[in-house]
Order: sequence, then structure tokens, then C-alpha cells
Amino acid sequence: MSDRQHIIEVECLYKTFEKINAVDGISFKVRKGSTTALLGGNGAGKTTTITMLLGLLIPTSGSITILGEDMLQHRYRLLHRMNFSSPYVDLPQRLSVKENLTVYGHLYRLPKLKARIAEIAEALDLSDLLDRRYGRLSAGQKTRVSLAKALLNKPELLLLDEPTASLDPDTADSIRSYLEQYQRDTGASILLASHNMAEVERMADDVIMMRQGRIVDSGAPEMLVEKYGKRSMEEVFIDIARNNEVIA
Amino acid sequence: MTTADIAFSPRRIGAVVLRHLYLMRTSWPRMIEMIYWPTVQMVLWGFISIFLQQNSSYVAQATGVLLSAVLLWDVLFRGQLGIALIFLEEIYSRNLGHLFVSPLRPGEMISSLLLLSLIRTLIGVGGATLVAIPLFHYNLFDMGLPLIAFFFNLLVMAWGIGLVIAGLLLRFGLGAEGIAWAAIFALQPICAVFYPVSTLPTWLHPVAWILPASHIFEGMRALLFQHHFDIYQLVIAGLLNIVWLSAGIIVFQRFFHAARERGLLLQVGE
Repeated sequence: MSDRQHIIEVECLYKTFEKINAVDGISFKVRKGSTTALLGGNGAGKTTTITMLLGLLIPTSGSITILGEDMLQHRYRLLHRMNFSSPYVDLPQRLSVKENLTVYGHLYRLPKLKARIAEIAEALDLSDLLDRRYGRLSAGQKTRVSLAKALLNKPELLLLDEPTASLDPDTADSIRSYLEQYQRDTGASILLASHNMAEVERMADDVIMMRQGRIVDSGAPEMLVEKYGKRSMEEVFIDIARNNEVIA
Repeated sequence: MTTADIAFSPRRIGAVVLRHLYLMRTSWPRMIEMIYWPTVQMVLWGFISIFLQQNSSYVAQATGVLLSAVLLWDVLFRGQLGIALIFLEEIYSRNLGHLFVSPLRPGEMISSLLLLSLIRTLIGVGGATLVAIPLFHYNLFDMGLPLIAFFFNLLVMAWGIGLVIAGLLLRFGLGAEGIAWAAIFALQPICAVFYPVSTLPTWLHPVAWILPASHIFEGMRALLFQHHFDIYQLVIAGLLNIVWLSAGIIVFQRFFHAARERGLLLQVGE
């Protein structure tokens, strides 16, 4: 049974690849309007979880409810209300920024597409880059374009995989500021996977810590810092990553 | 959100087509490649035809039989390659992940692939056909209305094969790239492009007759040699094509499902 307070509800989710549980029976909820960080070392199961939330990967068992609807049953209806950005998934290199955004705007069947592209380009400081080829942009510019693509349809749920990876501190800061502004303006929810603990402390209302496909702890960042008797989330992350015992 | 948002959408199909038209517009090597090989093939077989006309009673009976065969063969080849190349472009650009987290449905993806294949085939084979007119004084369009039937039947068979290959690319990534280029050539000797099915060993006849292309090329020769449009061959080809295209769609959907089960859509590549 879904409730109205949570945008994502995951129950007993498993994904098994050749007898290895990449995701091992996890359950969690993400509050509407919150930013939740999915943390864990490499191979912890974060990306597998996100790809299942996006419907790109079919779970072995378990349920995923997004916006009150079963993701496996109503994937295409829900994808209209979500979006995704990752530095590891590219956009076509030879198309200009405007062409890329136009193609994705049509895929989401957006009304007044030109106006929406102009609006998002201005907000993300991309107006001067609209006619440039995507492949000729710097890493920071590409990340902003990818984010523009992800925000084009004004998603209620935004899934971000390492949104500021390989960006300089200035660009990373402006990306975070824009995401915070977007969330304040629209009430959207964000689920982000990140290895940047400063980013997590700044943006996340809640944290889900994963290790070996399981959730080992969760809670507000400041609560976790206090619980583990550490000074920062970075230290909490290292402590959990190196501890072989499942805590919770 | 309305039901129109979630229904099968021509706008989403158009979006994928637009993405590749943008690509073609900015890349003259891609445009040249589309026309280059059909034209080279046509020129080669045009000169062979001229030679054989003077030295072979078979070709002398019907001017342009070899040129027609090579141009129609290219419909099959380009049609199949059109689908496979579009898919390869998405893999090279690492864009499949973004495409499949959009509301684009597999059926819409298939529709856009078929549309793009039609555009690429018309550009490629159409260009070569036009070059043949001044070069060899041979006009494929002289076949008249049967040419349209031949063209679309060959294209539909190409779509069936192309969708299977696109499915293989989804499932096996660039490991299946070689198959995308080579698969159709395994059928060329059997589907009676340049010679009748009767030329093949008897045990191969049943294999040839389940290929829609064999019926089309036999129909083409009947038209050129006997000036007779063999509707029977066309009907058989059409019925077989229903099976081929349906099989292509089913196989693509199966591979798409397998890719979703194995988590390949975000990482499809080598």
C-alpha cells in the first residue's frame, strides 16, 4: 500500500546476477520534496538500485512504487514525471546543445518547447552554448547540458548519478545551487548517488548507506555523524565501508 | 498528464528520426557513404552488363537485368543496414541510456528505426538509380508500378533482419557489430539475386523459397524477360514478409527484455 508522503517506496528489492546478489533485499522510502543520498563504495549496489528505479533493469523480486504507482506496471506513465542525469551516459556528440534538447523535448512531448529550452538554457547559463556541438564542450559544460536535459520536463523526481563528478569546485557549487533552487521552486524530490561527502552534507536531508547490496544504515547526515561519533560524513562513510558487520 | 502522454506517440517517433536527421545534416561523410556503395556497385555491374550483353544471350534478352538486380539488392542491403547503423550510432554516442529513461517505448523505437531505414534507402538507392540513367541509359523506374511492390517487399524483409541485428546489438553490444555488416551477405547467394532459384542445388530450393527476396527477384526477371508481372510471386513474398517482420519485432522485443533483465541498457558498448 503506497502513501502520499513518500515519492519512492522500495520493498524487499533483490537483483541477482549469476547467483550474486547485487541488491540484496533492500527496503527504503524517499520523502516527497526531500533530497536523499544513496551512498556506498564501488560495487555497493547504488547504480543497480537506480537503474531499477528507472525501469532500465528488471528486479529479480520485490516492489518499487514511485509517485504512488507500481514502476514495473506503469513505467512509461511514470517516466514522464521523472528524469535522470549521469556523467557516464552521454548525449549525441555531433548534435548541438539546442538540437539535443529539442530531441529530448519532443520525446517528453513538451508544449512550447522553444520557450522551455530558452528558459532552462538561461537558468543554467547555457544560452551562449546552444549552437555549439555537445562533443566540443568542456566536462563542466556537458554536465550542465545533461542537467538541462534532465530538468527539461520539470520532473517531480530527479535521479542523479554523481551529478558533480569531475567538475571544478566553482562549477560544482553552481550546479548544487541550481538544484537546490529547482527543488525550492517545484517541490521536486531528488535521489542522488554520490561519492562527494561534502555535497551530501550540503544537499541531503536523508542518507541511505549501502554495502554489498544491503542497506547498512540510514538517517539524516547530522544524525549519522553523531551516531558514529565522527566529525563528518566522510569519516562515517569510511567507517561503514571498512566495517564488515552489517549494522542495521 | 493525459492519456495522450502515455499512448503510442508519433511525436516521440519523430524525435528519434529528427535526432538522426540532425546527425546526417552535420556529417557529409555519412551522406556520401549512403550513396557511395550503391553507386559503386551499380557502375561495376553496369560495365559487366555491357560486356555480357555482347557475349551472353541471357543478358542480351533483357537489358538491365543485372543492373536491376544490383539496385534492388541494395534496397535489401541498405534497408537492413539502415536499422543496424542507427543502433550503432546510439551505442557509439553512449546515448541509449538517456533514450530508454525517456518515455520512448520499444514500439516507437522500432517505428523510428523503420522510418529512418526508409529515408536512408531512398537516398542511397535513389541516388544510384538516378546516376544509372545518364551513365548506362538504364532507368529502373521504367519497371513502373511493380517496382514499388518490389521495393517495399525487399524493404520489409530488410526490416525483419535489421530488427534482429538491432536486438543482437542491444544484447551483445559492439561484439555483434561484425554481424550487422555481414549477416545479409549470407543470404545473397540463396535469394536468387543474379540467377534463378533453379540454379541452386535442389536441396537449397526450400531455403530459397522461404526468403521473400527470392520471390521478388524471380518476379523481377519475369517482368524483364517475359514482360509479365507475376502476382503470385508478389503475394507469396508479401505473406512471407508478414512472418519475417513479425519475427524481427518479436526478437527485438525479446532482446530488449533480456537487456533490461541484465542491466545492459545503461552500459551497452563493447
